[in-house]
Amino acid sequence: MEKLLAPGHRACAGCAMPTVINLVLEAAGPNTIVATPTGCSEVTTTPYPESAWRVPWINSLFENAAAVASGIESALKHFGKNHNVFVIAGDGSTLDIGMGCISGMFDRGHNVKYVCYDNEAYMNTGVQRSSSTPPCTSTTTTPSGKVSFGNPRPKKDMPAIAVAHRVPYVATASVAYPVDLRRKVRRAISIPGPAYIQVNAPCITGWSFEAGTTVEIARLAVETCLWPLYEYVNGELAGVKKIHVKRPVEDYLKAQGRYRHLFRMKGGEEMIRVLQQLADENARKFGLLYEGDVACTSGE
Amino acid sequence: MKITVAALTEPGSTVVNKTGGWRTFVPVVNHRRCIKCSLCEIYCPEGCIHQIDGLFVPDLDYCKGCGVCAHECPRKAIEMVLEEK
Amino acid sequence: MKMIAKEELSLKERMARMRVVEGSYAVAHAVKCCSPDVISAYPITPQTHIVEHLSQFVADGELDSEFLTVDSEFSAMSSLVGASAAGARCYSSTTSQGLALMWEVLYNAAGMRLPIVMTVANRALSAPLNIWNDHQDSVGARDSGWIQLYAEDVQEAADAIPQAYKIAEDPEIRTPVMVCMDGFILTHVYEPVELLSVEEVERFLPPYRPEHILDPENPKTFGAFADPSYFTELRYMQWDAHRRALNKIETVAREFAEEFGRWYGGLIDTYRADDAEVMIVTMGSVIGTIKDCIDVMRSEGMKVGLVKIRSYRPFPTEALRKALKDAEVVAVIEKDVTVGNEGALLTDLKAALYNTPTRIPVIGFPAGLGGRDITVRDIRRVVDRAIAARDRGIEAEMEFLSLREDLL
Ligand SMILES: Cc1ncc(C[n+]2csc(CCOP(=O)(O)OP(=O)(O)O)c2C)c(N)n1
Ligand code: SF4
Ligand code: SF4
Ligand code: SF4
Ligand SMILES: [Mg+2]
Repeated sequence: MEKLLAPGHRACAGCAMPTVINLVLEAAGPNTIVATPTGCSEVTTTPYPESAWRVPWINSLFENAAAVASGIESALKHFGKNHNVFVIAGDGSTLDIGMGCISGMFDRGHNVKYVCYDNEAYMNTGVQRSSSTPPCTSTTTTPSGKVSFGNPRPKKDMPAIAVAHRVPYVATASVAYPVDLRRKVRRAISIPGPAYIQVNAPCITGWSFEAGTTVEIARLAVETCLWPLYEYVNGELAGVKKIHVKRPVEDYLKAQGRYRHLFRMKGGEEMIRVLQQLADENARKFGLLYEGDVACTSGE
Repeated sequence: MKITVAALTEPGSTVVNKTGGWRTFVPVVNHRRCIKCSLCEIYCPEGCIHQIDGLFVPDLDYCKGCGVCAHECPRKAIEMVLEEK
Repeated sequence: MKMIAKEELSLKERMARMRVVEGSYAVAHAVKCCSPDVISAYPITPQTHIVEHLSQFVADGELDSEFLTVDSEFSAMSSLVGASAAGARCYSSTTSQGLALMWEVLYNAAGMRLPIVMTVANRALSAPLNIWNDHQDSVGARDSGWIQLYAEDVQEAADAIPQAYKIAEDPEIRTPVMVCMDGFILTHVYEPVELLSVEEVERFLPPYRPEHILDPENPKTFGAFADPSYFTELRYMQWDAHRRALNKIETVAREFAEEFGRWYGGLIDTYRADDAEVMIVTMGSVIGTIKDCIDVMRSEGMKVGLVKIRSYRPFPTEALRKALKDAEVVAVIEKDVTVGNEGALLTDLKAALYNTPTRIPVIGFPAGLGGRDITVRDIRRVVDRAIAARDRGIEAEMEFLSLREDLL
């Protein structure tokens, strides 16, 4: 079957983002209009006079896709037309600069499904920190250095922010779990009103991992419980992806250049311990482990 | 070509851009090992693995040689081979 | 405004149609008659009444529009980018800080050739914070690619709305239009206004039928990025559309006059200009005061005339050259100043005259900033300065009008 995002786009070899887009579009189908803000997904897919998109698509600016989609949805409503309206956006445009527009879109209750492919930094401009960058990550604006372990701040909890807006459907997903991702997209469409899905999408350039391991990295994020898979329906936790064998965070960290400093610097182990605590906290908070599995949670 | 008002662009028109030239390693599929799970087709970032007559075949016009398909194949039916050009 | 005799309507009948309404109501009513599909706006003084009236029309079922109560002016204009690309006729209104917050989207909407219409209730820009009228906000947006029309009175501000849609939506133009009206002075004044009706406007303004919209049946890409090999041509096309708009604005003004019997000028209008030696060039509501003043000065034997700029973008270079070719001196009164240079209109006008045989002094007066009154005395001073410049040469190319030296 022909993919709704055509080949020939300029995403780096091994980028997770195009796969995420195709999985979303596969679930949503061709009766879908997409708004995408500026970022890797936009510049790699629409160099004039070419476009990879086989669905109607619009880019306006970096920070306004949610508002643009609000307008599209309002126009469709006015004309009595029935198409899915999606935003497919990076984490920078979502968690940082686009926050006001997104809050407005959620608040007004537009029937817009917002998918954030989260590569945990501003990749298009060269791997700068976003508020989605996890702690201890080295980026070009939070580089590790003699006195720095990289990003000093925790990751902003955007799904919780969406839930706080009473968005009826909020979920996390991962490129490594395509069946789960497609199901979540379909579920989002089936529930009227706004939806928010944040999809882990490793960036080979910004995270620097070995060629071919994109999906494995994403899987490790889930298996370490650093990227919990869950969904909220009407504010209630409605499902989590349970983990069979919880892996230590080192397995995830050591596979990526952006955490290399943690294994080289004095005091790095302490930072790794902090990250392990984050993972353990996720496991506890979302109930990610099967009963009885709790004993083998820690990597120590 | 004539330029379009407001840079309006045709759907799927990146297909003119054959990204196969980016490749250093080429995926070679051992069809006898394949169990047709279609994971390679799902994960390929280029969306360029197609099922042709029941066989999963990378379209080398677009394959960037990223190796994701080979890494994810549960049967290790895909091998990345240095391409001779 | 000139009233033009219309066959079907006698002047008496038209007077009977007049209603005394607030300027904002007149504009909102004109918008309603254009039946926009999507309206998106954010409250800010002195524009707020326009959107309040529109909201009431929607609440009363008189207007079938989607009204978006957005989170900011930035969202307001952004949502209209989406709605317009989806085929909707769109309206917004704002002023000052709101317009400034939209800045990035203004360029984007124009570059994407989306025929959005917006009223700008002109107001000064902070700092210092000031809610009163001047033109710094819209003049600051003059390079955004939007067409800018400036209204002299309430009736014109209202009548400019259907005209703006007709210009913007023309397939040859496809450019958004700002209708600028002076905040408070026009938005909050109660005046007798002839209100339009939906049926009349429908006769004048064809429905919006864009060639391409966001549509799964024909899934085009909107907003691709253009590298250096295409960017210039795309800008050129915008520039060329503005050039075509020079004619279109005139044509639409004439068509409006034929349909409704009211004429405000096309790109420009003139007042007692025929044998004028001193020409005042300006835009907006101050024109009313200037006209009265000219009448008095004429009665005193002074040959003073006026050029009203109705379209600031596209800039009516040819029309101005023609209108000013027999003048002996030109004085620009404008409610803005480019800090670091001079008034924007003064610069534009001098540039328009430069490569022509017209070699006359042109002087400028930033005036009415932050809502300061422009008085009859001020205008007399301008004319005196102009005459002095003609007779004795330019002393100061630019002078802040009614500057309170005592405070400095
Ligand atoms: C107003 C504005 N500020 C900054 C930029 C520069 N800019 C373009 S894309 C981008 C980062 C995009 O990050 P993200 O949304 O995470 O997408 P990614 O590229 O990582 O996929 C930035 C900072 C811009 N285009 N507009
Ligand atoms: S920089 Fe990262 S996110 Fe951007 S295209 Fe390359 S791999 Fe994908
Ligand atoms: S991933 Fe491997 S086993 Fe599955 S379809 Fe592809 S080649 Fe066959
Ligand atoms: S190597 Fe990468 S681009 Fe080539 S077919 Fe495999 S997954 Fe697709
Ligand atoms: Mg990012």
